[in-house]
Amino acid sequence: MNIIVLVKQVPDTSEVKINRETNTLIRDGVPSIINPFDMFAIEEALRLREQHGGKVTAVTMGPPQAADALKETVAMGVDEVVLLSDRAFAGADTWATSYTLAQGIKKLGAYDLVIAGKQAIDGDTAQVGPETADMLGIPFIAYIKKIEAIAGGKMTVERMMDDGYDVVESSLPALITVVKEINQPRLPSLKGKMKAKNLKVTTLTAKDINADENLLGLKGSPTKVVRIFPPAPRGQREILSGTIEQQVDQVVKKLKEQSLV
Amino acid sequence: MSVQVISNTCTGCETCVSACPFGAIEMRGGKAFITESCTLCGACIEACEFKAIERTGEEAVAAAKDLSAFKGVWVFAEQHKGGISSVTLELLGEGRKLADKRQTKLSAVFIGQDIKNRAKDLIAHGADVVYLADDPALKDFNDDSYSAVLTTLATLHKPEIILAGATAIGRSFIPKVAAKLYTGLTADCTVLDIDPETGNLHQTRPAFGGNIMATIVSPNHRPQMATVRHKVMKPAPRNDARTGEIIEVKFTQTGDVRTKVIKTVEELGETVNICEANIIVAGGRGMGGVKNFHLLEELAKVLGGAVAATRGAVDEGWIPYSHQVGQTGKTVCPKLYIACGISGAIQHVAGMQSSDVIVAINKDPDAPIFSVATYGIVGDVLEVLPVMIKKFKEIRG
Ligand SMILES: Cc1cc2nc3c(=O)[nH]c(=O)nc-3n(C[C@H](O)[C@H](O)[C@H](O)COP(=O)(O)OP(=O)(O)OC[C@H]3O[C@@H](n4cnc5c(N)ncnc54)[C@H](O)[C@@H]3O)c2cc1C
Ligand SMILES: Cc1cc2nc3c(=O)[nH]c(=O)nc-3n(C[C@H](O)[C@H](O)[C@H](O)COP(=O)(O)OP(=O)(O)OC[C@H]3O[C@@H](n4cnc5c(N)ncnc54)[C@H](O)[C@@H]3O)c2cc1C
Ligand code: SF4
Repeated sequence: MNIIVLVKQVPDTSEVKINRETNTLIRDGVPSIINPFDMFAIEEALRLREQHGGKVTAVTMGPPQAADALKETVAMGVDEVVLLSDRAFAGADTWATSYTLAQGIKKLGAYDLVIAGKQAIDGDTAQVGPETADMLGIPFIAYIKKIEAIAGGKMTVERMMDDGYDVVESSLPALITVVKEINQPRLPSLKGKMKAKNLKVTTLTAKDINADENLLGLKGSPTKVVRIFPPAPRGQREILSGTIEQQVDQVVKKLKEQSLV
Repeated sequence: MSVQVISNTCTGCETCVSACPFGAIEMRGGKAFITESCTLCGACIEACEFKAIERTGEEAVAAAKDLSAFKGVWVFAEQHKGGISSVTLELLGEGRKLADKRQTKLSAVFIGQDIKNRAKDLIAHGADVVYLADDPALKDFNDDSYSAVLTTLATLHKPEIILAGATAIGRSFIPKVAAKLYTGLTADCTVLDIDPETGNLHQTRPAFGGNIMATIVSPNHRPQMATVRHKVMKPAPRNDARTGEIIEVKFTQTGDVRTKVIKTVEELGETVNICEANIIVAGGRGMGGVKNFHLLEELAKVLGGAVAATRGAVDEGWIPYSHQVGQTGKTVCPKLYIACGISGAIQHVAGMQSSDVIVAINKDPDAPIFSVATYGIVGDVLEVLPVMIKKFKEIRG
């Protein structure tokens, strides 16, 4: 099985703290990490390779330092990595990101499955998976919590829904996005770390992937971010005091006044 | 095109360093320096009070689309087993407002099997037109068939705006439609506004786990597409006197059926889907064990709400993952959120901070949850909850 994993390098938002006074992000020294959902994607790809043989390729679009994220995937056991990097890619929205990824994937030759994370913890859109699948012309299934079986050009998966889950059958190749429930990602191995250290990351530019420059980066992006601002602080806060009985009484009274209960 | 620092104007104040959501600005030689991590988002341009950061280079070329050909506001009317989802009524409420501002029609796209008799409900709730695709092949949600129906209709009728719920279904297939139509899609919006002149939709959404808000427009592309967060917009009222047109559309399967649902498993059982609940009682590690979760269930029952949890509690195995609220779980927006023994880590807060009223119970007066709580009770949950259950039972009779 040839499996492609989509990996995004993101700022570690768990290290981001909010300054409650000014309501802005404090992000001094925030490290870059592999998007946490993509760790589940990598792990699932490695497990499938262990069961079915084949090869796992990690692909990312990003600035040159995104190569660090790719090296981390190699330390976990990924076989090959590709960095899509070009100034022309900068400022891409999900449409242009997906176009770039799809063009890059088409360069890689035949594959059976593409696995992405459910969403990235910075952009938070969860749109790159489905848009990329569409541009590749392959089936897409979101929120996979379990791959039940893969055989004979078909797979059976469990898809999380708002009120439970669906068991879905799909033809291959396909693109899936995965959620946390699917597995427990492994730690990098010593051998992997050594391999990662000496790795020269292959970089592909806009030319290399035969991309139409009008569809790349900021230029090719239908959406434009026109304003970024901190969320409005929440309304008045009240920390109650008194015995538990008294505190509960006050809350119950207030909730009743607002006809919430 | 790039974002650049005007070196002579830069005072070295460092404001932009923390304003950049991507950590793309460093101080070099006392001046701000923009590194290759820059995504051209523009946040620093606004943050700099000395106007020392600017956008340079060519402007994005306007796509050769004739924008004036696109008219009308559409909503994707989600349903489950024939029942219209609550988010659909919210979309109709919001869509009606946008359509009125732009003096245009509101249409609903209704996809499923045996749903014909519900189409008039969409009209009663504000739609002028319902495009009805009722076919046995559309019984289960399927990314391919749902996106085919919507893409075909949108190509034919050219709406200016398409809204859908930011639900599991909406967030799964709507991006495929945007990909096909080569147009902008904004995820999980909480505020929408339209410029009555240009028709540009200003779409505001939280990103970075709710730590920043971004306003997004698609000035040169139509239709403008957005998924909208549940429970934020006001549902449209019902008015059975309203009239409208129901247009039946045929679904034809083109090519092979590539994916199909074999089985649907409802996990939450008798409890409500937490995304739809008006009242949520949530527990964290401070509940002290699975043995105390019955207190949450009891309170939820008294209030007619649903039980949710932190990742802490889920990781302990006290409750299934489908109940997890937060960045890696679900985003909820109830009228009342009662947080019991929850510390208030930003990844949890990201999923619940837009609740109308938050009550927090924690024994640590310095717990971060109190900074987002409307009312805070400092005390042991195991003492507070039984009292609360008793009091609510009294007032609820
Ligand atoms: C504040 C803010 C708000 C934004 N809002 C929108 C919006 O509403 N609509 C829009 O179209 N764009 C938006 N963007 C732009 C968007 O964040 C970028 O296009 C980003 O490159 C991809 O989107 P995402 O981070 O949401 O990824 P998601 O779609 O959430 O990522 C899902 C998965 O796709 C894969 N993936 C994503 N990006 C890459 C990559 N670069 N390389 C490899 N794999 C990847 C990963 O597997 C990831 O887990 C916004 C940007 C900012 C800063
Ligand atoms: C990438 C990433 C994604 C994450 N995603 C999520 C997510 O989606 N959702 C999520 O919830 N978390 C998420 N987390 C984890 C998050 O950072 C916190 O670890 C988690 O929310 C903590 O859960 P908790 O509040 O239950 O536990 P704790 O942080 O352990 O807090 C327990 C609280 O209970 C109080 N307490 C203890 N005993 C009592 C008592 N008897 N009475 C009253 N109060 C008591 C304590 O004072 C404390 O404040 C994520 C983390 C990362 C790194
Ligand atoms: S444009 Fe955005 S990403 Fe680039 S430096 Fe400014 S704030 Fe950072």
